[in-house]
Amino acid sequence: MHVTDTQLTQASNWPDVVGICETYANDPHRMLDILRAIQDRYRHISQEAMEVVARQTGLSKIAVEGVASFYAFLSSDPKGRITIRLCDDIVDRFAGLTEIVEAFESELGIRMDETSPDGTFSLEYTPCIGMCDQAPAAMVNDVILTHLTPEKVREIVARLKSGERPEDLISHRFDELSPRERADRMVDGNIRHAGAVLLGPVPEDAGLKASLNLTPAQIIDTVEASGLRGCGGAGFSAGRKWRFAAETDAERRFIICNADEGEPGTFKDRVLLTERPHLLVEGMTIAARAVGAREGIIYLRGEYVYLRELIEEVLADRRERGLLGDRILGEDGFDFDIRLQMGAGAYVCGEEGALISSCEGLPGEPKTRPPYPVTRGYLGFPTVVNNVETLCHVARILDRGSKWFFGMGTEGSHGTKLFSVSGDCRNPGVYELPYGHSVAELLEMAGGEEAAAVLVGGPSGTMIARDTFDRKLTFDDLATGGAIVVFSRERNILEIVEYYMSFFVHESCGYCTPCRVGNVFLQKAVGKFRKGLANQADIEYLRDLSATIIETSRCGLGMTSPNPILSTLENFPLVYSAMVKPSKDRTRATFDIQSAISDARHLAKRRSYIFDRDFGE
Amino acid sequence: MTELPKARIATASLAGCFGCHMALLDIDERLIELMKLVEFDRSPLTDIKTFSHRCDIGIIEGGCCNEENVHVLRDFRRNCDILIGIGQCAIMGGLPAMRNAIMHSDEPLRECLEEAFITGRYIRNTTHNIPNDPALPLLLDEVYACSEVVEMDYHIPGCAPTGDVIYETLSSLLAGKFRGFEKEKIRFD
Repeated sequence: MHVTDTQLTQASNWPDVVGICETYANDPHRMLDILRAIQDRYRHISQEAMEVVARQTGLSKIAVEGVASFYAFLSSDPKGRITIRLCDDIVDRFAGLTEIVEAFESELGIRMDETSPDGTFSLEYTPCIGMCDQAPAAMVNDVILTHLTPEKVREIVARLKSGERPEDLISHRFDELSPRERADRMVDGNIRHAGAVLLGPVPEDAGLKASLNLTPAQIIDTVEASGLRGCGGAGFSAGRKWRFAAETDAERRFIICNADEGEPGTFKDRVLLTERPHLLVEGMTIAARAVGAREGIIYLRGEYVYLRELIEEVLADRRERGLLGDRILGEDGFDFDIRLQMGAGAYVCGEEGALISSCEGLPGEPKTRPPYPVTRGYLGFPTVVNNVETLCHVARILDRGSKWFFGMGTEGSHGTKLFSVSGDCRNPGVYELPYGHSVAELLEMAGGEEAAAVLVGGPSGTMIARDTFDRKLTFDDLATGGAIVVFSRERNILEIVEYYMSFFVHESCGYCTPCRVGNVFLQKAVGKFRKGLANQADIEYLRDLSATIIETSRCGLGMTSPNPILSTLENFPLVYSAMVKPSKDRTRATFDIQSAISDARHLAKRRSYIFDRDFGE
Repeated sequence: MTELPKARIATASLAGCFGCHMALLDIDERLIELMKLVEFDRSPLTDIKTFSHRCDIGIIEGGCCNEENVHVLRDFRRNCDILIGIGQCAIMGGLPAMRNAIMHSDEPLRECLEEAFITGRYIRNTTHNIPNDPALPLLLDEVYACSEVVEMDYHIPGCAPTGDVIYETLSSLLAGKFRGFEKEKIRFD
């Protein structure tokens, strides 16, 4: 490439950017880390910085820009030194988000999506940050604040304005605290029910030690025999996934832990990452031994950046103790190490293909399947992507045996599952239960007996009504990655549906037109129902368009995004039919001519000679 | 010998280009056959401006871009047993609905008119005004498909539909045998 003088000058003007790129060996696959570091350093990624990054990594500038513009936590406009991101989940809205927004706006003197003129504060919304059990919540740079009230907001802003760091809001001794103490001070654990597998007492590395006595094939057999299915939502047999990866001939293999817990209403991985990080790494190490992987990645969602140090510390500790790195536990040829990859605010990266793209330094766009990641994944090598909870289960299964795990739960859904319960209930938090409990039983434990509706599995799951609360939490009945959101009778079902559609509109990666455009149309159509402007045909329209989006999208986002609509049409049909306006004389009562001509009336400065009755009088 | 009463047909072009009415004439000599079965009431083809009788079939070209379109369409709905939308403009707004794409503006209608009459690069408008004669109907905020304003019974797709499709649809409707379109007939790629 021809390098001009101006470009050279630019590089020398941006020594830090060059330095950041060099920290990551100018590796284009580490683009997300590079851009995150630049964002942290400069509070934005300027065009010039992108040019320098492009040259350092040998990519085109447009490729760098493609990544920088994809992720919500990266921005091309300068953000304030202190960026306040308010969690805009429906649970936060019902918990008083409006008052929190008003308090921040009036105290800071800026509106949402603005940056203060002195460049100190930025205020913005962000989708669910995994704190639904302690809403309303916010991120202030890398610090999490929960249980916000307008009074707290006033105090927070006053302290930040007086020059305190966001970290000081947590503790004046923040720098002296251990990573675990920091996490605990920011976020409540809220473990409400500990089950036998994960949240009860767990011996250290017993599973890993047991795995040393087994051949890789035996480990896979054990996991497969336990009946363990993926806990992220899809429920694919973990053992079979490993077997595919192990059987594929390749020079390198990878184990990736999916800690991109983005489904609104889910926060069980947050609890595991805080309470059981060693168990997770133990599970990954066992998986590595089983499939013959030497390299692993933990993909941590950007919103959980407050857990980064905690996980880094765990990894360092395990390296020191010979539990990670070369010759694990003294076993020749058992080499495995893990790097932590931070996400940057993109729900779609929870999809395994998109997650791999993101790890490769690309925009988080899903990949076309097949080939599946188990045969061609990260950098083209066989890759096992498992959820945090799945990997934790693995470590326990190796310790206690497959029969023990298989014996819990129900036919087809073995073992225990973590449920993140939030919304209108007295005891929001995490419940570890064997599969097979009914929604009603879980509601009773959580103090949500009065619920009018429960969303099982987050917006891409199923919304059920009181008459079906006896349905079972299993893969065969109500499958869930763990999110259980409870709504009381005061809540407006259509408001909830419209919110979740806006979430999918925001989070669609934009690759497939039916998902990018179709979800916008669905959201608009739900809006018509809310305004009382829908007619009978609109119900059919919702169904038709939903079917098209599901059928023609290439990843799970588009295949499930119409679910809030489809499951409420199915389980709350009266909510929709109550809002339908029938036609009169076969002309649509839903078409409002007065509002349709009001703009033109104003522009033309005259009245209608057809529809203004008093015209000419 | 008693002759069957002829079916009455009315037609109108709303926010369309009259192309669909032209396509009606693409029926060619079959028009003579058709005329044995029908007579035209209100229509630009007859220059009859108001309904003289209730009609069996109303044919609508174009969507609704102004208040007069809405008025005419409602009048058709009230005076016709069966209402047929003909062409993409009637079905979904068509080309005129491109102005609906001006959505990230506080005043989309003003922005549209200003570009069309004043600021557009190829405009030679010596008055520098947006036409505002009192006889001009007020524009709607958006261009609407006919089915958003009234219930439509049938749609004949195409831009414009072919004479064949129009003839076959009308004649099978008149014979009470319309069972939908053959796929090849409404395939345009």
